[in-house]
Amino acid sequence: MTGRSIPWLKFTAPANFYTLAQRLVPWLWPAAALCAVAGLYMGFFVAPPDHQQGDAYRILFIHVPTAWMGMLLYLLLAAYGAIFLVWRIKMADIMARAIAPTGALMTFLSLWTGALWGAPTWGTFWVWDARLTSTLILLFLFLGYMALHAASDDREKGGRAASLLAIIGAVNVPIIYFSVEWWYNLHQGVSVMRSDGPSMADSMLAALLLMIAAFWIYAGAIVLRRAQAEALSREARTEWAQAAAAGRLTREQRERAAVGIEGNRPPLESGGQT
Amino acid sequence: MVRPLWTLLQRDISLIVTRRQDVLTVVAFFVIVITLFPLAIGPEPEKLRTIAPGAVWVAAALASLISLDRLFADDWRDGTLEQLALAPQPLALTALAKVLAHWLSLGLPLVILSPALGYALGLQGIELAVLAGSLLLGTPVLSLLGAVGAAMTLGVRGGGALMALLILPLYVPVLILGAGAVNEAMFAAPYQAHLSLLGALLAVALPLLPLAIAGALRITLD
Amino acid sequence: MWDGIGDFLAMGGYALYVWGAFGMVALGLLLEGILVARRRRQVRARLQRQSRRPAAARNQGE
Repeated sequence: MTGRSIPWLKFTAPANFYTLAQRLVPWLWPAAALCAVAGLYMGFFVAPPDHQQGDAYRILFIHVPTAWMGMLLYLLLAAYGAIFLVWRIKMADIMARAIAPTGALMTFLSLWTGALWGAPTWGTFWVWDARLTSTLILLFLFLGYMALHAASDDREKGGRAASLLAIIGAVNVPIIYFSVEWWYNLHQGVSVMRSDGPSMADSMLAALLLMIAAFWIYAGAIVLRRAQAEALSREARTEWAQAAAAGRLTREQRERAAVGIEGNRPPLESGGQT
Repeated sequence: MVRPLWTLLQRDISLIVTRRQDVLTVVAFFVIVITLFPLAIGPEPEKLRTIAPGAVWVAAALASLISLDRLFADDWRDGTLEQLALAPQPLALTALAKVLAHWLSLGLPLVILSPALGYALGLQGIELAVLAGSLLLGTPVLSLLGAVGAAMTLGVRGGGALMALLILPLYVPVLILGAGAVNEAMFAAPYQAHLSLLGALLAVALPLLPLAIAGALRITLD
Repeated sequence: MWDGIGDFLAMGGYALYVWGAFGMVALGLLLEGILVARRRRQVRARLQRQSRRPAAARNQGE
């Protein structure tokens, strides 16, 4: 990891990542809140009720973003897993591990909101529809990743095994989706779902886009925060981590950590010159 | 390169077959799970017939999962696995030979037995042939997928239950296509498409999953 | 477009579904935020303790 001229590689050093996240996250929270407030205002006070579904359709404003985030985060998880397996960049495993709980939560929330949307519009909380079923399986994939990572005593090995699982899962997601859809179409039981409805009103679309932005930014912020904690905990013995925990990580400490010449737990007398 | 693999295959098969216990346990498990369905659902032939393909396939998937749990465990504990990893043959081929041996001795009996169980649940004629055919194409994929899980959970706490959580979601496409083929046959609909897709899955899994198994084994062995 | 707060809360008769969905999302995100914040605090506290007692930290492991 000696690519000091390539800025991307800079953040593979946990110390640099930590500082970047520390600078980024304070902006992300208000941005997410702003988007959410604007989106909720548009969604509840500007967008008119749907002529068929009445006000129940407003669940869409959180259902679509959570469903999206679930899938997107799984792809990201697999991508970080692949990076970790190929280049053994520790930071990639930290990121993958930080993504998993948020991905699982988003997938769960998309199932929950989907059920509550389905109840008034289709008359049932749950159908074994292609999308619902494959989302449920996606949730299991997230849980499997987390369980495998947690079950291994050796963090490095556990991370690599879990990364491999994430990749196999990602290859399988389309196969699962198509097979489930194929299965569902052949069984043509309840044909309640017509996703391509009439085109959305502009205010609805605006509300939806704002909410999607809010969820993206929220997910970014929370994942970065979790990754920070994970990075600190893994590097607990290093100078930079202890300085960072005390809130006074200096530039030199960071650079020393990035080049990898920091000793295992040197004395910390030098700190305090922020 | 073929000869050592052949020897490994023979060794694994004879190891499994001489301990007849393992084969019997898996077969008995398969039969018992299928027996539970009529007991839980009721003896009406019509009802049983509708669930028959699913019941046989679920039982086969669970039996495969249970039997694969220990695919690498013994070799790992006594160090054989490390020797195999150091051997000149690619680890992926070694893994493939092990999975093949496992399937021949523990998967094939289920395929052979399945028409009898399908008959007991009310399937007839061509449906039984489709059932056995779908299992013949599908269970090797299950074995390969399960082997990945077995390799990943080697030496990890809570192996069996964890492996089920990891692997059962990946079984879904095989299960859908396998049981689907029999369902099609029951409605006198063309079932060939399902079987071709199962064959396609097998064709994709056969070269790729051994690589994944080898990768998982290397992670454990490092 | 709403006739007062009561009408807004009633959501055209779909109150249970709409508020159930939004409520669960709010709860989930809130809970996640609290858990992550707590984890962060714990890790930082542990590291600060460690840097104060280096020898003890080395013995006790992680």
